[in-house]
Amino acid sequence: MSRPVSITLQNSQDGIAIADAIMADNSDADRKSFPAMTKIDCPGRLVINSESVSELLGREWDPQEIHMSVISLSGTVDEDDGTFTLFWR
Amino acid sequence: MNIDIQAEAITPRRHTFSHIARRFGTDKPASRYEEATYDVQPVVNFHYRPTWAPEFELYDAKRTKIVMADWYVFRDPRQFYYASYNISRAAMQQSFDDAVGFVEKRDLIASVASEWRDKVAAYLLPLRHVEWGANMNCQLIADWGYGTQITSASAFCGADRLGLAQVISRIGLVLGNGADEKLAAAKTAWMNAPEWQPLRRLAEDMLVVHDWFELYVAQLVVLDGLVYPLVCESFDKAGAAHNGASISMMTGFLADWFADNSRWTDAVLKAAAAESEENRATLNHWLSHWGKRAAEALTPLADSVLGDLGPAALADAGAHLSGRLGKLDLTLPKELAA
Repeated sequence: MSRPVSITLQNSQDGIAIADAIMADNSDADRKSFPAMTKIDCPGRLVINSESVSELLGREWDPQEIHMSVISLSGTVDEDDGTFTLFWR
Repeated sequence: MNIDIQAEAITPRRHTFSHIARRFGTDKPASRYEEATYDVQPVVNFHYRPTWAPEFELYDAKRTKIVMADWYVFRDPRQFYYASYNISRAAMQQSFDDAVGFVEKRDLIASVASEWRDKVAAYLLPLRHVEWGANMNCQLIADWGYGTQITSASAFCGADRLGLAQVISRIGLVLGNGADEKLAAAKTAWMNAPEWQPLRRLAEDMLVVHDWFELYVAQLVVLDGLVYPLVCESFDKAGAAHNGASISMMTGFLADWFADNSRWTDAVLKAAAAESEENRATLNHWLSHWGKRAAEALTPLADSVLGDLGPAALADAGAHLSGRLGKLDLTLPKELAA
C-alpha cells in the first residue's frame, strides 16, 4: 500500500464542491468530516479536475482558486490549467 | 497545573432545511443555490384571488399553457443566487469598464471611419429600448411565473437587461464624445425611422403577452437568439472594413453576456420540452409564431445595415438559433432555419 496523500478543505461553498469532485474522480479517496472542515486521504495519488469542480459550481473554476479553500495538504503538488494533483515522489 | 484541551466533534442535528432534505431524500449539506431556490414558491393558503384576475390564484401554475408535474426542474446551470449573481455581474461590469476606459484613454474611437461610427450609432443605440422591453418582460415572468427556480433567474435576467441598456447608453456617450445627442437621435429613430418600426411593434406586442412561458420563448429564446448573433457577429464583422475594432472592444461584452444567458435558456427549454409531447408541441408552435414575427421585424434592420448582405446575415442568425434548438429537439420555422 502506497503512502496516503491528504488534503483538508474548509466546508465552504467552494470547498464542498471541491471535496465532492475529489470523491467522484478518485475511487480510493476516503472522506472524513470535521466541524467546519473536510479531510480527504487517498493512497498514492489524488487528482482534482477543474472540469469536475466547474460543473459542480456552475462556473469556470481555476485550479489556482484552491488556495482559498485549502486548510492543509500533504504530498507533492503538480498543478496545471486543468488539474491539481497530489502524489509522493 | 495541567490544562488538558480536548477537541470534541459536535455533529449538527440537521445539515440543511427540512424542505430541502425532503426533496433530496437525505439530510446532507445543500449548496446555497439549492437552499435559495428549491420549494420556496408559496403553494397554498392564498385566501383571496387577485381582484384584477379572479380566474387565477395569487400564484397559479395555470397562467401558462406549459404543464409541469414538478416546477423545480429548471435548474440554472450557472447556479445564480444573490451572491453568485452579483459576483459574476461585478466581474462582467469590470471587464466592460476596462474596455471602455481603454478606448477612451487612447481616443481609439477617433480612428474608426466616421461613416461606420454613424452606422453603429444607428443600429446599436436604439437597441437599448429593446433591452428595456426585455427587462419588463423578464419582470413579468418573475411576477407571474411559477416555481422559484425560474422566477428568481428571470428577475436576475431582468436586472441584466437594465444593465445592458446602460452599457449600450455608455457606448452611445463614447460615440457622441460625451454628449447625449446620439442617444436622443437613437430615440427618434426608434420612434420614427421606418427600419425600426416592425421591431418596435414586436417589442410592444410582447409587452401584452400574458402567458409567461410564451413570453419567455418569444423574448429570451427567439428575439434575443436572433438579435444578438446578428448584432454581435454579422454587424460587428462588417465593421472590420471600417477600422471598427475599437467598437468591437466595447460591444464584445454583449456577446459574452448572451453566451452566458443562453446556457440558462437552453436548460429551461430542454426541461420543459422533455416533460411531455404536449409541451414540446406548444413550444414548437410558439417558436414558429414568434420566429416568423422576429424575422419580419429584423429584416429591414439587417437590410439597412448590410444592404444586399442583410438576408444572408439574418439567415446566419437563424441557423445559429436553429442549431441551439436542434440540440434540444425543438424546431424553428423552415424559412428561418435555412
